[in-house]
Amino acid sequence: MHAFDYQAPTTVAEAIQLLAKHNGTARPLAGGTDLIDQMRVGRFAPEVVIDVKKLKELNVLSVDADGLHVGAAVPCYRIYSDETVNSQYTALADSCHIIGGIQIQSRASIGGNLCNSGPAADSTPSMIALGGVCVITGPDGTREVPVESFCTGPGKNVLKPGELLVEVRFPTRPANSGSHYRRMIPRNEMDIAVVGVGASVVLDASGQKFASARIALGAVAPTPLFAQAASALLAGQPVNDETLDKAATAAREIASPITDMRGTREYRIHVTGVLVKRVLQAAVARARGEDIGYCRGH
Amino acid sequence: MSGKRVVTLTINGDQTEVLCEPRQTLLEVLRNNLDFTGTKEGCSNGNCGACTVLMDGRPVVSCLVLAVEAEGAELRTIEGVACGSHLDEVQSAFLEGAALQCGICTPGFIVQTEALLAENPNPSEDDIRFYLAGNLCRCTGYDKIVRAVQAAAEKRQVARSV
Repeated sequence: MHAFDYQAPTTVAEAIQLLAKHNGTARPLAGGTDLIDQMRVGRFAPEVVIDVKKLKELNVLSVDADGLHVGAAVPCYRIYSDETVNSQYTALADSCHIIGGIQIQSRASIGGNLCNSGPAADSTPSMIALGGVCVITGPDGTREVPVESFCTGPGKNVLKPGELLVEVRFPTRPANSGSHYRRMIPRNEMDIAVVGVGASVVLDASGQKFASARIALGAVAPTPLFAQAASALLAGQPVNDETLDKAATAAREIASPITDMRGTREYRIHVTGVLVKRVLQAAVARARGEDIGYCRGH
Repeated sequence: MSGKRVVTLTINGDQTEVLCEPRQTLLEVLRNNLDFTGTKEGCSNGNCGACTVLMDGRPVVSCLVLAVEAEGAELRTIEGVACGSHLDEVQSAFLEGAALQCGICTPGFIVQTEALLAENPNPSEDDIRFYLAGNLCRCTGYDKIVRAVQAAAEKRQVARSV
């Protein structure tokens, strides 16, 4: 690995100052499961690596009147070990359970997953489905960006030089809501999604109609996508096969995947429809308080 | 600017100081600077789990941790599993069940199994396969590995209930 300087600031202000000072030649380090490998293979050669794990704001995992706050450096295992996440923000727990293996989950963060901006990032569709908002701090202050607007291309995002993702905030979960994330891979674990789908649904009091929904797709476009039309058409519709098929069809329409070793374009589009339906069914079951019999990784 | 620095950490209960560069991974420093060569280098990119160690109780792949990040950490490596010449239940079960062929992946599997059993003393086969998914065995001895983990779990349960 190339030689670099290592800094571990203890305040966000100090981290921002360091990032701004080394404009473009510094990279933040959270879990390191992407960055250290990227440096090893020479994809990135930052002069300064700024360890952000000592910043308390980036280690927050708490609930208040604004909803759930997940600090950008909180590792996956802390997220899926959290009772609130497990019971209310279940899609996020589903994602964190299948990012890499257990060792990776000890270190990898959803902030890092988002900032790495991979099209197949497993936590991003869940964050979009759950209405996540990125809280970004930089030399010009703090701004907020919805997760679906954060990534701008493979490996690219809206962060400007000197800016740091501090946390992702998720709105309070309404009554009768449920969520799920699932991906298609040829094995049960430790693989990159061929297609990944996250969805969150809110049902009416009877549990028979959709009040609203948010569906997000991974690995079928240069960035993870918010399937806006597919989500919107569910509002007010009865929960049945016909409705789910309509959402699946609408989601397929925005998929523009590539053909690669993991699957052809046609296959990925087909799988998008299949997964949207299955993930919605699971989210509905969870909203009704039913056990979906989901075995993580399968 | 990328000068060496002293990192203080505890390895298998002993506090240690080591001089290292920021660019050195924990794996590199364990093996090359500290002579803890039981931890193996496999892929060096986080896929194979051969370099698994416990850092503050959590299993991590030491190839994806910088040594400087381990400042103040408590590590447990494969060298800290046996008690002198007395192998622990997991090591004995791997040995008795022939759960290894070439052996390169074994330290990682054993350390990862220690983490599994600490968290879940009575894992199902599915739990074991899921927890060990980040450890690869090129000799494809997975079935024997899974059976060895089951045997170790049983042995430990019996030992605890006595």
